[in-house]
Amino acid sequence: MAKITFITSDEETITLEGASGSVMALAVDNGVPGIDGDCGGVCSCATCHVHVAPEDMEKTGSASEIETDMLELDDNADEYSRLCCQIDITDAIDGVVLKVAK
Amino acid sequence: MSESKNSDQSCVVIGASHAGVNFAFVLRREGWQGSITLIDIDPILPYHRPPLSKAYLTSEDGIEKNLLKSEESYKKENIELKLGVWVDAIDRENKKVVLADGTTLDYDKLVIATGARPIMPPIPGLDTAKNLFPLRSAADVANIRKTVVENEALKVVVIGGGYIGLETAASLKKLGASVTVLERESRILARVTAPEMSVFFQKLHADNDVAVLTEKNVISIENNQNKNTVVCSDGTRYEADMIVVGVGIHVNKELAEKAGLMIENGIQVNEMAQTSDPSIYAIGDCTFHHNIHYNRHIRLESVQNAVDQAKIAAAAIAGKECCYNAIPWFWSDQYDVKLQMVGLSEGYDEVVVREEADKPNCFSVWYFKGDTLLSVDAVNNAKAYVYGTKFIKGGEKIDKKKLSDPTAEFKPANLIAQ
Repeated sequence: MAKITFITSDEETITLEGASGSVMALAVDNGVPGIDGDCGGVCSCATCHVHVAPEDMEKTGSASEIETDMLELDDNADEYSRLCCQIDITDAIDGVVLKVAK
Repeated sequence: MSESKNSDQSCVVIGASHAGVNFAFVLRREGWQGSITLIDIDPILPYHRPPLSKAYLTSEDGIEKNLLKSEESYKKENIELKLGVWVDAIDRENKKVVLADGTTLDYDKLVIATGARPIMPPIPGLDTAKNLFPLRSAADVANIRKTVVENEALKVVVIGGGYIGLETAASLKKLGASVTVLERESRILARVTAPEMSVFFQKLHADNDVAVLTEKNVISIENNQNKNTVVCSDGTRYEADMIVVGVGIHVNKELAEKAGLMIENGIQVNEMAQTSDPSIYAIGDCTFHHNIHYNRHIRLESVQNAVDQAKIAAAAIAGKECCYNAIPWFWSDQYDVKLQMVGLSEGYDEVVVREEADKPNCFSVWYFKGDTLLSVDAVNNAKAYVYGTKFIKGGEKIDKKKLSDPTAEFKPANLIAQ
């Protein structure tokens, strides 16, 4: 199990618990505003963009090549950006804080 | 939007797939306080359709792993689902939807998101063929998976070399079937891509031991002792334990047509997704709408259009000013190849192919009309997809010579004409 905290663009804090699947699926299942996951999680739409808290980057890892390329669609992307359909939920990411991109 | 304005109003949505479901949730987010009812003939909770021919087909996941929204989400947002329910008619005069059991639902706003259904061509023997399926619904996939499990050394014929046919072929190959694709045209993906793309995908399938045969016009299907034989006009015959039909779709426009709404190559809508009746909106695959970037009326079969029109219709009903101005995008996954497409290539007069030095199987095809970039097909190359999106949006002029030079670094500054 991993606890994951989302901070929405309205500064609302939502903490969810998940055991498997992607962070995007967990967010969509629980209606986290700003995470749409239109393509269903295959890194094709860039509608699940989050900024990982800098201190949590080690846990989530950084974006892959295709993610980095897709993130260029969004002018708000930075070095902490991830498409959260590409972050698997495992014990290793317990406690991470993700800011939903605007 | 004030509560008094719509808390006693009802919004009914016919069709609960990508367009209808997204619309319902966005309408709530826009502040709609009235009731929202989603109706669909499909009896199971709404699910993602694109994976059906791709990752979902080859996985052992149940449909619950592939839902658009969890069951709790509908409850939480107070969105009522009427699943397994057929709508018989729209009574515009009395603003009622008539269900198959004769009951009616009142609406203040109605949204038609009825999508499309697979074409089952009038081929003699198609009705009596064994294990013949289209691929559009979860039930279709369940039938296909069941046939795969029950038959060893399964021989499959896929009729139609479009995206659905090719993705299904790739997925079934992965599941161990022996697969033949029969395409009527002289090349696969003829309707949607340049010959360069057809050649690439033809070879990709051949390399994966899937026979993709062109100029194969299926004229009949014979069924003898539970064996299908697919017969083509050139006299060739193909045995098949299972047949998958992927030859395109019919728009589900009959309800709208019967109700007297304006129809062309789909249900006509304006830039706010509104039909010829101001109380009725239409969204997704079933609509015939204007695209501002290409300045023409089009119908699109895509998740992008379903979701974007859903957002527009919700905003319009919430009283916001809005205008549909999206650039279409699509994707397809076959084997380990990821194809991403942006824009509409129709009307192109020149194609520039961009290869990447040292990266085999990574390239992009750029479609131009004169100096105007119309669309990009990117194969294993998200960067090309992203640049293409930005250039089309920005109306940039492209330096075609640099674009076609694999030794020129692939970055916007290099590609935009000075």
